[in-house]
Amino acid sequence: MPKVSLEVNGKQVSADVAPNTLLVDLLRSTLALTGTHVGCDTSQCGACVVHVNGRSVKSCTTLASQVDGAKVTTIEGLAKDGELHPMQAAFREAHGLQCGFCTPGMVMAAVDLLKNNPKPTEAEIRAGLSGNICRCTGYHNIVKAVQIASGQATA
Amino acid sequence: MAQDGIGASVKRREDARFLKGIGKYTDDMVYPRQTYCYFLRSTIAHGKLNQVDTAAASKMPGVVAILTAADFAGVGGVPCGWLITGTGGPMKEPKHPILADGKVRHVGDPVAAVIAESLAEAKDAAEAINLDITELPAVIDMKKALKGGGTPVHDEAPDNLCFDWVFPDTKADVEAAIASAHHVTKLDLVNNRLIANPMEPRAAIGVYDPSMDEHTLVTTSQNPHVIRLLMGAFVLGIPEHKLRVYAPDVGGGFGSKIYHYAAEALVTWAAKKIGRPVKWTAERSESFISDAHGRDHVTHAEMAFDKDGKIVALKCETLANMGAYLSTFAPCVPTWLHGTLLAGQYTNPKIYCNVKAVFTNTVPVDAYRGAGRPEATYILERIISKAAREMKIDQVELRRRNFIQPNQFPYQTPVALVYDTGNYGASMDAAIKLADYTGFEARRAAAKAKGKLRGIGVCSYIEACGIAPSSLVGALGARAGLYEAATIRVNPTGSVTVLTGSHSHGQGHETTFAQVVADKLGISADAIEIVHGDTAKVPFGMGTYGSRSIAVGGAAIVNALNKVIDKGRKIAAHLLEASESDIVYEGGAYKVKGTDKQKTFGEIALTAYVPHKYPLETLEPGLEETAFYDPKNFTFPAGTYIAEVEIDPETGKTEIVQFTAADDFGNIINPMIVEGQVHGGLVQGIGQALYENAVYDENGQLVSGSFMDYTMPRADDVPSFKVTTTSTPCTHNPLGVKGCGEAGAIGSPPAIINAICDAIGADHIEMPATPEKVWRAIHKV
Repeated sequence: MPKVSLEVNGKQVSADVAPNTLLVDLLRSTLALTGTHVGCDTSQCGACVVHVNGRSVKSCTTLASQVDGAKVTTIEGLAKDGELHPMQAAFREAHGLQCGFCTPGMVMAAVDLLKNNPKPTEAEIRAGLSGNICRCTGYHNIVKAVQIASGQATA
Repeated sequence: MAQDGIGASVKRREDARFLKGIGKYTDDMVYPRQTYCYFLRSTIAHGKLNQVDTAAASKMPGVVAILTAADFAGVGGVPCGWLITGTGGPMKEPKHPILADGKVRHVGDPVAAVIAESLAEAKDAAEAINLDITELPAVIDMKKALKGGGTPVHDEAPDNLCFDWVFPDTKADVEAAIASAHHVTKLDLVNNRLIANPMEPRAAIGVYDPSMDEHTLVTTSQNPHVIRLLMGAFVLGIPEHKLRVYAPDVGGGFGSKIYHYAAEALVTWAAKKIGRPVKWTAERSESFISDAHGRDHVTHAEMAFDKDGKIVALKCETLANMGAYLSTFAPCVPTWLHGTLLAGQYTNPKIYCNVKAVFTNTVPVDAYRGAGRPEATYILERIISKAAREMKIDQVELRRRNFIQPNQFPYQTPVALVYDTGNYGASMDAAIKLADYTGFEARRAAAKAKGKLRGIGVCSYIEACGIAPSSLVGALGARAGLYEAATIRVNPTGSVTVLTGSHSHGQGHETTFAQVVADKLGISADAIEIVHGDTAKVPFGMGTYGSRSIAVGGAAIVNALNKVIDKGRKIAAHLLEASESDIVYEGGAYKVKGTDKQKTFGEIALTAYVPHKYPLETLEPGLEETAFYDPKNFTFPAGTYIAEVEIDPETGKTEIVQFTAADDFGNIINPMIVEGQVHGGLVQGIGQALYENAVYDENGQLVSGSFMDYTMPRADDVPSFKVTTTSTPCTHNPLGVKGCGEAGAIGSPPAIINAICDAIGADHIEMPATPEKVWRAIHKV
């Protein structure tokens, strides 16, 4: 089996993977990073979104062998020194999560959204998160969380 | 109000683990030597299963075992928890085998289970299983199914009729009232089949410990004790004391995780057989064809009015799809959770409801967020808006003329329920103010000027929550009681462990219940732990569904707290050398009235466990109390929703430009969480009204069987909401609460469809109101 070496959440890791191993399986099974979730099998729901070299990607549609040499950040790597990332804190502040299952992917997608558009309008937030499905919140408070994280609203 | 007590928008304690990605869902669990289970499911909707040849598959790499129906010869089928008796006697209740036995009855019916060292090996082996199936004509359309003629889904029901239910027995009386009425509005409508689709797919892990002869099932369940009872007693014959059911973090349920599914029994049974843990996680496309679906009613309704616009009678005739087998609570959904809600918020004296439940070659149908109440509300609130249009009376005014008035409570409806309290005019007032209802015509004109059709739709819903008095539901066919249990365990140093039979899968119980305990005990919420979801820890419980957790589970917690406080008072009286009647408990301390003598809660707790100075002759040491709370009645959340839409006549696309919700949930523990529940419910209801549809073709193939085909509402499909509350506290539970989990999904579909009909001047449009349907309705093509 081919070997991949990559940086995950700041740590260098390497693993032998089958050619058809998905990034999400490398993360969840081999590395025990179970914060990244699988909510569908058609690359539609976004529960598996992680950052690869700073860009959000669906790890269910990325082969592990494609990330050889890359820097991957998962939800477990977002908080620094025990402090929640501002986006994580904003989700809590705005009650932007309920069951928590879509949350890791939603937060990772939202971080990437603000990186590219620091002061998005409501319509831009909604469009920017349309690759992620949440069944609990009705999106109202997720939108609010992104507005808080972008300094455009308070709880 | 305490900072973290009742009424405060306390931030959720659950959030930290979910936001850091360290929540623990079933599929995250890894057991030593675990194996992987994959189900081979029928791709044929209806067929005679002649042979399942596993010879070649068994020799495939990594295969540990392959199970078929023959392995379960001595095992019970998946039971149904509610017996409905119709005009022809008890419902037909065909066996639901763990694995298809002799016949396959829907696409997704499991035929074999392959257990292997890896999931990939299990899947590869499943492909090598040779199925010999003689295809039979599929029974899909309910009206055709009832005509019989083909091969019935079950031999026991030759015309595919499960039951024919009449409630109340008033047909002649209601038809006479309709025949002589001033105005009659008739409506045929479909309540579209939906799929709950919680974001976490179902999963189950079976583990067996031979040293203690103990079984463990880790599962994605809303009610682990119910699963333990159903699976242990009725399927596998494992007594409760040898079976632990554990539902850790569960990623949403919406009803679909209430039921006992065959997969749970299979992994539990197989773990003992092979001597290793067995893990199964559904893939999403598997969830689509194996999770219970929701709704799927076809209804004809007639509502009659007198010359003043007062409702004089309602008749409803419904076909309700049961699917291929009876899911756990399926029969009660179109009957007792539907027929009893047909009075709505109105003083309608005469109601007749007939429901024919039909077997078809489709996935079983059961409760989905609202369960029966959305179907009843959709009928009532669509027909009253259609009537308003026909009688040229404003839709708000027609509702107001018929509202039960505040001085009429308790109000006995003609459909069994007694509403304890309410103020429907108040929530209507709140909604029309927040929505600026009176300013609508100006907005309609402005929209028209830019080529858009703008419409406004009202829905005044009521629901029955907090299910329910056990003696009542027992008389109605429930095979279980519907109380809730709670234990308050005060630890020696004064911290409190709360064991609740309610289950949180997104509702935030760990926060809300801690607020209740903090408030009642006057101690910090930080000293309170809420434990749920594990039969090895929690004494008993009926779980979470029907918006019952705070109204029933919360009430059990309060009753257990009162027992703790009462025992503490006895200890305090002894320590303070005062009479019990002179001691009050307030602010976290027992105080002797009129003195400065007091003992804190922590001091009493320590004394209870270190009983050196203690009334041991009359009182046991320790401080732990359990309460079972059986509700005296349902609770009746109600409110008014107003939807405002703009439609582009060129494309038929509907945009929700404003949505307003005014709900009466009684007292509210955490307003932030309650608003979140409303938002989520609204979007599920909007999904039903505009986007979602489980579609079967005539051969029984689920055409909308993935997220690429079944339209889940996304962030850019829905607006932000205006929500507010009014309050008439529930009169019969100790918190005065009613429940808030389902209201949004119940009240929003009729509001949206009423708004679309108003915008385009149509009598009716079926859900989901897709751009094509709306465009056709506008252009009459």
